[in-house]
Amino acid sequence: MSDPQSHRDPVPNRIHARPVPRPGRIISAIVVLVLAAMAINGLVTNTNFRWDIVWTYLRDVLVFRGIGWTLLLTAGSMLVAIVLAVTLAVMRRSDNPVMRWVSWVYIWFFRGTPIYTQLVFWGLLAVLYPRLSLGVPFGPEFFSFSTKDVISAFWLALIGLSLNEAAYLAEIVRAGLNSVDTGQTEAAKALGMKDSKILRRIVLPQAMRVIVPPTGNETISMLKTTSLVVAVPFTMDLYYTTNAMGNRLFLPVPFLVIAAIWYLVITSILMVGQHYLEQYYGRGFSTSPGGGRLGRKRRRPNKQDLIKASGTTTDPFSEVTP
Amino acid sequence: MTTPNVPAQPAGTQPAGSAASARSAATAQRPMVEIRELHKEFGSLHVLKGVDLTVTRGSVTVILGPSGSGKSTLLRCINELEDITGGSVVVDGELMGYRRDDGGTVHRLHPKVIAKQRERIGMVFQRFHLFPHMTALENVMEAPVQVRGLSKAAARTRALELLDRVGLSDRVDHYPAQLSGGQQQRVAIARALAMDPELMLFDEPTSALDPELVGEVLAVMKDLARDGMTMIVVTHEIGFAREVADHVVFMDEGVIVEEGGPQQVLDAPREQRTKDFLAHVL
Ligand SMILES: Nc1ncnc2c1ncn2[C@@H]1O[C@H](COP(=O)(O)OP(=O)(O)OP(=O)(O)O)[C@@H](O)[C@H]1O
Ligand SMILES: [Mg+2]
Repeated sequence: MSDPQSHRDPVPNRIHARPVPRPGRIISAIVVLVLAAMAINGLVTNTNFRWDIVWTYLRDVLVFRGIGWTLLLTAGSMLVAIVLAVTLAVMRRSDNPVMRWVSWVYIWFFRGTPIYTQLVFWGLLAVLYPRLSLGVPFGPEFFSFSTKDVISAFWLALIGLSLNEAAYLAEIVRAGLNSVDTGQTEAAKALGMKDSKILRRIVLPQAMRVIVPPTGNETISMLKTTSLVVAVPFTMDLYYTTNAMGNRLFLPVPFLVIAAIWYLVITSILMVGQHYLEQYYGRGFSTSPGGGRLGRKRRRPNKQDLIKASGTTTDPFSEVTP
Repeated sequence: MTTPNVPAQPAGTQPAGSAASARSAATAQRPMVEIRELHKEFGSLHVLKGVDLTVTRGSVTVILGPSGSGKSTLLRCINELEDITGGSVVVDGELMGYRRDDGGTVHRLHPKVIAKQRERIGMVFQRFHLFPHMTALENVMEAPVQVRGLSKAAARTRALELLDRVGLSDRVDHYPAQLSGGQQQRVAIARALAMDPELMLFDEPTSALDPELVGEVLAVMKDLARDGMTMIVVTHEIGFAREVADHVVFMDEGVIVEEGGPQQVLDAPREQRTKDFLAHVL
């Protein structure tokens, strides 16, 4: 700012108006502050919460192990569910009536029964089908194995969570695919692209803009649904672990607080990740030049671009009149 | 299709008896598009009612006609975006979408074969339909890389050439949403050209543009026509038709009412329906 020129205001009669008074904002801010202070005070000074216990066990190694398993269940089941969901959504839009029907029945069944019931059934798999085998349908078997030796409670929990989640995600993916303008498919077809390429290169990337926000929502929901895997029973996740510790010490409340704190922390991290994913898949959809920070090979237009954009361009074709 | 990359040349410019053998000469004389008795129904709606049209190699055909007369449908039948109901479309000697066996039975072609057939036909849409999640450069590179299997580097060089040709070398890294309508349509033309088509279809390429942007797109199209590209253009730009077209077709209610040279159809139409239509648009 050493250049005195830059201090000269280009608008000679710039308006310096007082803003419209907004007393409502100040009043509401005060009310909210007072309520928040009361709530925090009520939490901190209430000895029933046993903040000393919360602080001691917040970083307990068992708690960390629980977080690990919960994260593994969440990430694993979401990954499997996403792959399954895309398959189901594509089947739902297929020309093949058998595919459409299979997808419909799958979604109908898994959305129509409670996840807790499904998890209990997965837990009973070894009882219902003690041996699983591979072979020709209704024909000879190649080999068979004992169910409970091969599929552990963790895998049963993961299968149960992901199969259920896939049904919900499939509907989200289908909505996303349907949101892409049919003109996109036609343009790609006209270029000679095959259907599978069109889906992967043109339609899915655009559908992601619609798919990502509700999928982030589903991931956060899944994080907490993992607390139901006790139905299998799988007993090493965050919720079960903290609950068991609380019961052992006859202090359930501080361990509920510990679980809540960690679920909140993980959710916050997931929300940040979702924000960046949304930005990435939103590239090309904002008209502001330079928008979409994560867009590949993005470059802010320089002054020259702006001059050209303003119309005084040397574009060879813009000087021709019809 | 034996010679997919024969550069389109205006009919008659092929030097007779040159090194290009008899087969090449025959290819040059064969019409680029032959449409016979084409019918198209959408359910119970009969949209095309027996269209016959021949487009010679290297020529520019302009199709005129009132809204709903079936112009877009005709173009979309040429590159199989619509399944035809009856008749035949032959592009460069190859029946589109179907195969006739020795017994005369007609078989629908596999979608992969149809995709292959579309490769040599470029299409430009009224509403551009650029891929919004890709930059101008990526839009132009997409088909050569994904369909032709060209290397990224080679596709990039070619795409930059094409974008330069349509006057957009300073916009290659812009996303479609950051381009004006005219610029988007020029990218769309470059994208179609990247597949080295023998035939270009334009469906009202300037109808969605502000008047001051129409000229830049028409200029690119004139440039293409000068280079000998075979083009079928649906447009209401009578000035363009007069200047560039070799052949003008007037359609109404699913049939070709009148066709001929631009002077004949535009200045001395024989049919009353043509006269009425021209009185409206001129
Ligand atoms: N996919 C479709 N399903 C049903 N009817 C259709 C479909 N596409 C077109 N039509 C109908 O076919 C007729 C011809 O449409 P077409 O788009 O070919 O007309 P056009 O000559 O291109 O008109 P415009 O100048 O308005 O673009 C119209 O009556 C239209 O409603
Ligand atoms: Mg049309």
